Amino acid sequence: MTDLLWILIALPLTGAFINIVFGKRIGEPLAGWLGFVLVGSAWAIAVVPTLGLLTGSGTPETIYLFSWIPVVGADAAILWDPLSALLTMIVTGVGALIHLYSIGYMHGDERFARFFGYLNLFIASMLILVLASNYAVMFIGWELVGLSSYLLISFWFKKPSAAAAGKKAFIVNRIGDWGFLVALMIIFASFGTFDFGVIFTTAPVVLTTGAATAITLLLFLGATGKSAQIPLYIWLPDAMEGPTPVSALIHAATMVTAGVFMMARSAVLFELAPISGVTIAVIGGATALLAAVIAVTQMDIKKVLAYSTISQLGYMVMGVGVGAYSAGVFHLSTHAFFKALLFLGAGSVIHGMADEQDMRKMGGLRKAMPVTFVTMTVGWLAISGIFPFSGFWSKDEILAATFQRGGPWLILWAVGILAALLTAFYMTRLYVLTFLGKPRWAEGTEPHESPWTMTLPLAVLAVAAVIFGVFNTPARLAFEHFLEPSFALISHAEPLDLPLAAVLALFALVVAIGGIAWSWFRYNRDELPVEEGGFWQRGLNGFAVDDLYGRVIVEPGKKVCEWFADSVDPKGIDGVSHGIAQGVRTAGDGLKTLQSGQVRSYAGGIAIGAVVLILAVLALGGGF
Amino acid sequence: MPVLTILLVLPIVGALVVAVLPKRRPELIYPISLVVSILPLAVAGYILWNFTVGDASFQFTEDISFNETIGFGWRVAVDGVSLFMVVLTALLFPIAIAASHAVTDRLKTYMILMLVLETGVLGVFLSLDLLLFFAFFEIVLIPMYMLIAMWGSENRAYASMKFVLFTAAGSAFLFASIIALGLLAGEQIGTLASFDFRTMLDVELTRTTQILLFSGFAIAFAIKVPLFPFHTWLPDAHTEAPTAGSVLLAGVLLKMGTYGLLRFNVTLFPEITVDFGFWLALLGVVGIVYGAAVAIVQPDIKRLVAYSSVSHMGFIVLGIFALTSQALQGSIFQMISHGLTTGALFLLIGMVYDRTHTRKIADYGGLAKVMPVFAGLFLFSAFASAGLPGLSGFVGEFTILIGSYLTFPTLAIISASGVILAAIYLLWAYERVFTGPITNSKLEALKDLNVREIAILLPLVILIIGLGVYPKPVMDRIEPSVNLMLDRIEAVTDYQVPEFGGSDDTVDIEYGEIEYEEHEGGDG
Repeated sequence: MTDLLWILIALPLTGAFINIVFGKRIGEPLAGWLGFVLVGSAWAIAVVPTLGLLTGSGTPETIYLFSWIPVVGADAAILWDPLSALLTMIVTGVGALIHLYSIGYMHGDERFARFFGYLNLFIASMLILVLASNYAVMFIGWELVGLSSYLLISFWFKKPSAAAAGKKAFIVNRIGDWGFLVALMIIFASFGTFDFGVIFTTAPVVLTTGAATAITLLLFLGATGKSAQIPLYIWLPDAMEGPTPVSALIHAATMVTAGVFMMARSAVLFELAPISGVTIAVIGGATALLAAVIAVTQMDIKKVLAYSTISQLGYMVMGVGVGAYSAGVFHLSTHAFFKALLFLGAGSVIHGMADEQDMRKMGGLRKAMPVTFVTMTVGWLAISGIFPFSGFWSKDEILAATFQRGGPWLILWAVGILAALLTAFYMTRLYVLTFLGKPRWAEGTEPHESPWTMTLPLAVLAVAAVIFGVFNTPARLAFEHFLEPSFALISHAEPLDLPLAAVLALFALVVAIGGIAWSWFRYNRDELPVEEGGFWQRGLNGFAVDDLYGRVIVEPGKKVCEWFADSVDPKGIDGVSHGIAQGVRTAGDGLKTLQSGQVRSYAGGIAIGAVVLILAVLALGGGF
Repeated sequence: MPVLTILLVLPIVGALVVAVLPKRRPELIYPISLVVSILPLAVAGYILWNFTVGDASFQFTEDISFNETIGFGWRVAVDGVSLFMVVLTALLFPIAIAASHAVTDRLKTYMILMLVLETGVLGVFLSLDLLLFFAFFEIVLIPMYMLIAMWGSENRAYASMKFVLFTAAGSAFLFASIIALGLLAGEQIGTLASFDFRTMLDVELTRTTQILLFSGFAIAFAIKVPLFPFHTWLPDAHTEAPTAGSVLLAGVLLKMGTYGLLRFNVTLFPEITVDFGFWLALLGVVGIVYGAAVAIVQPDIKRLVAYSSVSHMGFIVLGIFALTSQALQGSIFQMISHGLTTGALFLLIGMVYDRTHTRKIADYGGLAKVMPVFAGLFLFSAFASAGLPGLSGFVGEFTILIGSYLTFPTLAIISASGVILAAIYLLWAYERVFTGPITNSKLEALKDLNVREIAILLPLVILIIGLGVYPKPVMDRIEPSVNLMLDRIEAVTDYQVPEFGGSDDTVDIEYGEIEYEEHEGGDG
């Protein structure tokens, strides 16, 4: 059965090929249904071996396909274990729902089929990434999801802002990829292979702490690109230029979690490098807080969700940093459901409001869009961390694991709690401004509920966002047990005592409710509070981090390039060669009377020169 | 059967056929030239098919001595280093000729020059006699000069002269070194001279002689590659050359430089290579960063791709002098891949230039709307050139980086920044040319690529994907020759290929089932 797992990748890849090359002829809506069915089939095929792992009838295994680059020992092979199975289920499951949703959302787009080709390409790339059995193949997937992301962000390429956003995303990610690539060099020099099995079983013997620290920090640099962490998070807010299903699938549920997944996969290496762990946890915590603060000030419904995603990724990264890999992956999973739900809900709102994204022009959509309203309510409660929705359980686990480390880690825990307060605040703000209160619609807007292809995925995701949390509660760690084989090589912290865990969870719940209440009373009234100037203005600009990078990196970098291109090359290097040519010409003027034509005079000079050189070599080298 | 001789003679015969075509039937020149140029490809295919995998030595060897006293002969052969250079050459020439559809001016001369050029390039890669090598090396110069000078754009006189002078200056050093080496070799085997590559392997030279000769070869090839700071002829030559000229220049002519470094510098002077290779690798790395940086701000799309070649060729030089099996295999692979990707980019630029007659990026904008197929293929080639995994460019650069890190870690780490810079110059150029609204109304009426143009690009696209997904058949043929080269270096110098890899001890735990079937190389 697992021998056929390559089909999982082949199905969406086939869809991508057909829809990109022949899409125009297939047309709407068939191209969309084709994409949906292929991804859905991949999900269905993956269910059986996943159940096998779940029930214990199947075991983790590596499936060899073919030799890719023999000289660096990189094989095309699939690692099928609980971690990759989980991610496969999320990617194909959420992916299939978003394909279905897109059939409605992209209705009427002139490049409808192309869109599904790119979406299929993304699914295939993401599956290569999560199913890889070595770092080299993982890197293929890693880069190809970057390509898909680029194509989909700039899908509406006639808008200059969309084209620029796609380019920015790819280039910023490539800075992270540099880190990944250098990590791969060190890994090969240390292990002579990229194979996970070999690397993880021998790492404690092979790697010094220094080497492990270097590798993991470089891998983490890669993760800050893909998973949008400080300092490379700046591409994600811009990525909202892409169609909303793309934001839901790639920039919330799946691709952005690739960094977290990669670090969880490399848990053995991170365990060997305590300094990396601290760095990662601190950056994750700082990102969670910073992005939450910015999210509070955003007016564009998608921008709120974008910063929210950065913030939630910060939690996952923090989980990895404190060594709570299962907790990080658990939050990755619950977040995939509720954030996809929130984005698709936002997409439904935008769709119903004739492409309006400014929350100040929404309000009172509760009645016009009942299904969207109800499902968004679930998403709002889940991300805010309200019992018993999924976000409550998963966020709590990361915070508990941080708390458990004690000492200075308590500061990080406090940062996490503060970010949780802000999360509840800005999500309630989004919820209230969009669905409650009086309508503030632009003239002529007639909000309407979306078609069933869009509301059905909302409903399915809402159910998942409610129930998925109970797979892993402090009392019943089913999820953690499922993932155990993937983390067999690392030591596990003792689970928290139930009473303490309950107290912490209760405290987090109180904070979340506090955040909701504060926001509710601030925004749920007829006169909206004035949010201009000072903090609000700076926050809306993302605290001008983009400008800072522009001034400190982009502009000086461009100056250097221009100096190379306009001075060094034409004046410096060519100056020398022109000088030599001039010298030869002057020296050759004497002979010129005998010869005509420049080429011939140069040729003569060259011949004489050659003879001199030969004699010089023979004389100096003592040949004769 | 003297396959290699047939391969070398075919283009010349083709040129003669084209030459005698009747004047009143000019419409025959293009199709007949195309057909004639496909014949060498068939022969190259035959060689590839019958090439013995796992054999590191020279194959299909032909050895006819012309003159025993001066040791000069018709010595041609192919091994894992040259095999794919020959195949690439035979592949790119028909493509370049097919892409010359728009040439009308003096078409017959043009095609004759192209075919002569093909013989020259093939000869460079096949020669086992250094005098013969030099002859072919020089034959290449003349038709290329004429192609730029006669069919180039506005600034062609300057560009073609610059091309000739740079190359000829290098040739002087090359010629001097070859003659000196030939005389020294002859002295040791008791003739006046000997130019047989195989006897030169055993010639004993003083260190000074080795340094001088190494330098002579290195200067000639560094100019050809071109290695920073000898690169300034390239942007001019590329920009002014007709499309086919740019394709061949980037695709195969530059490879004569890296091939020469590998075949002659590294093989004949291993000690000097080991002692001074770092400095050449360093120049390669400077080229990677510098070429990419200059490419970013080029206002001319063809110049941009030309500078990107400086960057990509830098990777190849780094890989050659890193002297590990990974890096060397990567270098040869990258020579193939760069020929395909940059060839595709120049073809594409030529196709749009035929329609608009401008290369200025600022003259474009929003082109993807009117030419979607063109835009898609350009983006594909750009990503292939930028080393996107799954495409051929990645395999070469990745293998070079992994292998070079073992010898020159710092250089490899700096070089890896090339992946960032390549994304910047290619995607920024793509953004300005293809996206946004159409600002130049002249672009509105442009027609997308036609079937002929797509057919020209298709072989390159297929190979770029094919070699990216399954490079093994190529690597299997390169590997033995590369390893032989390294074995020889280890035998005659105290250089040892750096050890890599970890301990054999494993932590005793259960981690899935890691059971690989034995998959031995050699499937051809």
